[in-house]
Amino acid sequence: MMPFKLVLLWTDGLLWLLLALVGLYVWRVRRHEHLLQPWRRLSRSRSGVASAVILLAFVAVGVLDSLHFRLPLEKQAGGVVRHYSPEVLSVFDLLVGPLRKQPEKTYSAPFATQLYAKETIELPGGRQLRDYPRLKYGGAHLADPAGEQAGDIAATALEGGAWALVAGWGATLALVLWLARRRRISPGAAWSLVRHGRDEIPWRTFLGTVGMLILFACLAAAFSAKYHIFGTDKVGQDVFYLTLKSIRTGLMIGTLTTLVMLPFALLLGIMAGYFRGWVDDVIQYVYTTLNSIPGVLLIAAAVLILQVYMDSNQELFDTVAARADIRLLFLCIILGITSWTGLCRLLRGETLKLGEMEFVQAATAFGVGHFRIIARHILPNVMHIVLISIVLDFSGLVLAEAVLSYVGVGVDPTMQSWGNMINGARLEMAREPMVWWSLAAAFVFMFVLVLSANLFSDRVRDAFDPRMK
Amino acid sequence: MINYLIRRLLYAIPILVGVNLLTFALFFVVNTPDNMARIHLGIKHVTPDAIAKWKHERGYDKPLMWNATAAGAQKAADTIFFEKSVRMFAFDFGRSDEGRNISYDIQTRMWPSLAIALPVFAIGLLVNITFAMLMAFFRATYIDFAGVVLCVAMMSISGLFYIIGGQYLISKLLHLTPISGFDGGLNAFKFVVLPVTIGVIGGIGAGSRWYRTIFLEEATRDYVRTARAKGLSELAVLFGHVLKNAMIPILTGAVVVIPLLFMGSLISESFFGIPGLGSYTIDAINAQDFAIVRAMVFLGSVLYIVGLILTDISYTLVDPRIRLE
Amino acid sequence: MLEVNNLKTWLDAGKTQVRAVDGVSFAINRNETFALLGESGCGKSMTALSIMRLLPEAGRIVAGSVNLDGQDLLELPEIAMRTVRGKRIAMIFQEPMTSLNPVLTVGRQIAETLYRHTALRGDAARVRVLELLDAVGIPDAQVRYHDYPFQFSGGMKQRVMIAIALACEPDLLIADEPTTALDVTIQAQVLELLRKLQREHGMAVLLITHDLGVVSEMAHRVAVMYAGEMVETAERGEFFANPRHPYTRKLFASLPGAVRRGEPLETMRGNVPPLDSDFVGCRFAGRCDFAWRRCGEEAPEWSEVAPGHAVRCHLVGSGAANSPLCKRGAGGDFSGANIRDTVEIPPNPPLQRGEFCSTRQPSSQEQSCVHRLALKGREAAPEQRERPVPLLDVCDLKIHFPIRKGLLKRVAGHVYAVDGVSLAIGCGRTLALVGESGCGKTTVGKGILQLIRPTGGSVRFAGEELTQLKGAALRARRADFQIVFQDPYSSLDPRMRIADILEEGMISLGTASPPAARQASVDSLLQQVGLSPESKYRYPHEFSGGQRQRVAIARALAVKPKLLVCDEPTSALDVSVQAQILNLLRGLQDDLGLAYLFITHNLAVVEYFAHEVAVMYLGRIVERGSVEEVMHAPRHPYTRALLSAVPVIETGSKREVIRLSGDLPSPSNPPRGCHFHPRCPHVMPVCRLNYPAATGFSATHSARCYLYGENRENGGGI
Repeated sequence: MMPFKLVLLWTDGLLWLLLALVGLYVWRVRRHEHLLQPWRRLSRSRSGVASAVILLAFVAVGVLDSLHFRLPLEKQAGGVVRHYSPEVLSVFDLLVGPLRKQPEKTYSAPFATQLYAKETIELPGGRQLRDYPRLKYGGAHLADPAGEQAGDIAATALEGGAWALVAGWGATLALVLWLARRRRISPGAAWSLVRHGRDEIPWRTFLGTVGMLILFACLAAAFSAKYHIFGTDKVGQDVFYLTLKSIRTGLMIGTLTTLVMLPFALLLGIMAGYFRGWVDDVIQYVYTTLNSIPGVLLIAAAVLILQVYMDSNQELFDTVAARADIRLLFLCIILGITSWTGLCRLLRGETLKLGEMEFVQAATAFGVGHFRIIARHILPNVMHIVLISIVLDFSGLVLAEAVLSYVGVGVDPTMQSWGNMINGARLEMAREPMVWWSLAAAFVFMFVLVLSANLFSDRVRDAFDPRMK
Repeated sequence: MINYLIRRLLYAIPILVGVNLLTFALFFVVNTPDNMARIHLGIKHVTPDAIAKWKHERGYDKPLMWNATAAGAQKAADTIFFEKSVRMFAFDFGRSDEGRNISYDIQTRMWPSLAIALPVFAIGLLVNITFAMLMAFFRATYIDFAGVVLCVAMMSISGLFYIIGGQYLISKLLHLTPISGFDGGLNAFKFVVLPVTIGVIGGIGAGSRWYRTIFLEEATRDYVRTARAKGLSELAVLFGHVLKNAMIPILTGAVVVIPLLFMGSLISESFFGIPGLGSYTIDAINAQDFAIVRAMVFLGSVLYIVGLILTDISYTLVDPRIRLE
Repeated sequence: MLEVNNLKTWLDAGKTQVRAVDGVSFAINRNETFALLGESGCGKSMTALSIMRLLPEAGRIVAGSVNLDGQDLLELPEIAMRTVRGKRIAMIFQEPMTSLNPVLTVGRQIAETLYRHTALRGDAARVRVLELLDAVGIPDAQVRYHDYPFQFSGGMKQRVMIAIALACEPDLLIADEPTTALDVTIQAQVLELLRKLQREHGMAVLLITHDLGVVSEMAHRVAVMYAGEMVETAERGEFFANPRHPYTRKLFASLPGAVRRGEPLETMRGNVPPLDSDFVGCRFAGRCDFAWRRCGEEAPEWSEVAPGHAVRCHLVGSGAANSPLCKRGAGGDFSGANIRDTVEIPPNPPLQRGEFCSTRQPSSQEQSCVHRLALKGREAAPEQRERPVPLLDVCDLKIHFPIRKGLLKRVAGHVYAVDGVSLAIGCGRTLALVGESGCGKTTVGKGILQLIRPTGGSVRFAGEELTQLKGAALRARRADFQIVFQDPYSSLDPRMRIADILEEGMISLGTASPPAARQASVDSLLQQVGLSPESKYRYPHEFSGGQRQRVAIARALAVKPKLLVCDEPTSALDVSVQAQILNLLRGLQDDLGLAYLFITHNLAVVEYFAHEVAVMYLGRIVERGSVEEVMHAPRHPYTRALLSAVPVIETGSKREVIRLSGDLPSPSNPPRGCHFHPRCPHVMPVCRLNYPAATGFSATHSARCYLYGENRENGGGI
């Protein structure tokens, strides 16, 4: 019997489906030179490579955080029926164990050793004192925080830096060896290729970005063992942990929404453009109508209604996570419904143009059926638009999540997300001194993710848009 | 041209009907009045009587589409569909679930919304076009490159941070303007400055970059080469030729939102405590007041369609091909 | 006046530099038209843009000088250059459709130049603009001053462009392919206008063109460009009488025309070398039939063969005596050398003539529609009954597109794209359908193939009515008739390999079912069109325009059709490539017995290629007949005007040219009576009333005009 129970949340399942589709696409691309060409162009751009590396790091965290399971409860009667903890964990939670398991009482600043609020502390002599109490975990190893902390931080930074150095050189070595094998050259030649930037792919940029990620990861790992590097929130949870957990939420919104709306947009857009006539009229009517409803309001209305449904059917969800997950999925669907119209219109326009192209007419002259013409001639020739718009939409959706959560129609309040973090922190803005760290952490992570996504989408557009060639 | 506009107007009718049916389905069929009542009266301890009373007070106890008990035209008129949905065509939004007159609220609250949204729109458009023209003028130089990088960075920041950062910096640290609030008449100015400034800054990134692409695309056209071959200076080409053509795609995006300015901005109004329609909507969402949300959905759609028609009219102003057809 | 010295313009293309213009020198005098002739990509437009300093962003001038009256334009600061552009040098471009600003009135666009360079303001400028509009032949200048470019036709737009260019009476006018986008009759008008204006203003003209005919009609001196450099320059008379460079000669020899009928055209092997490489020897050496050792080692210098006539070729320069040609005893003159570089066509597959191509006696119902029409105009001659049933018989074909207007999109009218066209093609014959753009000739082709469903009339293929066929029955017939499109770039799916493209039809129509058989036939098809079988694994973008057109032909042949509709198959190609494709089509007709419906506007191709000709004007056929009859004894005034408008290479006396006024009317609102009457030089009152019936001149030749036959009595005299 397994020591844990696998939990496949809806969004997990869709994420794996998405990864499978991506895998299929990669497999196809590798076999077709003309599909590979734009990716090659992309891999030659420095900002493209750097942003791709960062995006991949985010994706890795998100994927690890999507392997869910429930651990058995400690007290088992050794019987047949095992009871599992209601808490759903992910592989990522295990990896960052201490972060999750070291809650404080309430707010504390980054690298603090004391709580943010004064409390009445009972001294051993029975005397009571109003002071900032020491944190349970943050800096707990220090006897005299005021005197020792600076030195300890420096030492930890050095330790983390050393690890980063080792890992960084390891990565470089691995790259050089891989390159040597792939290009069938000596490792020395590969090294000089990388070092002098003479290869088509900007390996130095690649290594620089990877190095920065490694450095950040090592420092964060070294410090997190001893401190709360981004402080703690109102209920004492580590903000760094929350921020990392929010990555999955952001990625899910950004990708699943597209996955959900893609079939509609593709089918309707191509149908409208290919068949024209009344089919076109009907589809145009549908998307103009949907478009005319203000997006936020449609989402608000839908989420309110979902809320009502879930409140009246609470027995359907066995865990809090499942409940939050359904809400996330629903949010993706409703975002998809409000956002497919843009892509649909683009596809319609492109299909209209393609339908006039002579190769489509040549196929018609051969008596090729509509379905085959769409599958073999139209679809492959609009895929670049689909790809560009997927990547382009991603950053907008990540930003939208924050706004929606702020409005109160975003993801479930129990789910970790940047929107919820900002929403929570906003209420504390007026406090003196200000509780700024939740905001700062959410800001930095969102900014890095969205900036890389924007840079990446720019390069994707340059590489795939035929007009740019 | 008149014919064209009439056609566009008539085309709006089925869309409005569609929106109306959709909101009706969403608010009364998918989500029944019983559900609404339960939400408001509490999920657990609620008696059928209380639900019936709640529904009756708000007129939700009528049949959905067809009242078999009524006589004559009342069969169709004395229904939820007629009372709550069809009446919206006459901008009669009825009462909110809390009993407020929605139409009256909208009339009083749209002016503060407009006081913020209109300047943001107008100044924003001007600033974005200026920046985009600057970048287009210096295209393929470091000035252009730096501008694009700045734009991408600025558009990667969530709008929430612009507001939070602006409030913190301008109001809390520098004490230049009040953090939030609103007042009537000229006093409104000091409350409006900060939201407008932040609104404009928040839109620069995406806006200027988008307009820059349009300008650059126009700048590669053949007629630009003709203009240069006449001996015109780069500025004359940009203002005399490129700008006028680029206005066509710019208007597509810009004019359609003008009517929606009445709706205000959800986020900035609630942050700055502006008593506009945006904050009204947010409050309604938080209070789960379906009547108000429904009214705002319909109002938003109407305004969007008005925007589409305005866009068509604006085309006829800038594009002689449509004007003279 | 203008002197260009050793001009070099390079374009940035990623890591490499494309040497678009590589050391070009020439001079133009006042009152002179200097023609720069060359095929696409040879750098002639780049030369013009370099003179104006209007290069695209990737381009830069790396060396050379451009002296205008002794002043080097390349040295001028940009601000000073702006006073040269538009005032001293003006330019008109190839595409009048896109070269005018769509949102400004034409009056304003012309006045803009005046405001920039002269002191004229307000009414004075307005008067000058009206003068200019008058001068370029735009009627109602007062009214049209306020019109926008979209309200003008292509030819009129080009006139506006010319007015803009002339506004400040420039010393030099650069005309970059000014008539390439226009129809022949309109081209004739614009060329005439340019000639007249040059005479009046005494300006110099730099004419850039690929058309030898235009050069012959316009130029005083000619320079030929090839791969970024000039290879030959001469006075016009000398140039056409005695071209010396092998490339120039090839250009001449690859022109189709009546003289070369029945024999293959000369072609050049290979392609223009890529311009980003370093050249050691002569750039043409790789394609030259006379290349010898020296050509590959040393770039030839200019050698003067006659006063004003210089050639860059080792065959005519000093040391030419060592060339193998001279040693063979041919001397410097290699014009008689018997060179053929035809496409190699592999051994003929067995002929696939269908059983319906027999010459059995047709019953009277089976008489073709065209035949019956011809008989109506004349007494039925007994010998005509022996004519075979045609392969394709189109009778009174009508294709009308509804125009929807108003609130409910009611049909407010029709575009009468094709309005009663009848034609017939026999097995192994070529019918050329000739007409200007917008006359409906392409629509006829698509209507015959049922790509557009006809509104009325009948299309009988081998006796079977196609317009009634649907679904599977129509698909079963589709293998018999195929189409080759105009644009080789949009007619092949960029995402499919050549093999998949060729297989598509076979799979769809089930002509060669086992995959192995299909692969074999793909190979043999590629060989048949002169491509190697290995190319089937490649994608269209790896091929040049001519090669793509070969693939398109192979794709059509894959299903073994009997009839091929060729829709302007060579009009997007350079002359030398056009020759290859025409040779290929001719060879295929000989081998496979294909029938062609050859849709074209190029009359030289018709003369070379077709058996019969039908001339279309505004949706109807105005004259038909055998190629000799129509091309040498045209009857219809439109055919005559069309023929006379084609610029021809003639060194001797000029023929009389019939200039048509005005443009093609809109097919949604054709003129009452004869469609041609508003432009016809012989118009009579009766022409305005009814469309004339056909008048037969011989068994095959007929025209629809009141000038002839029974019609004449009705119309009464010219």
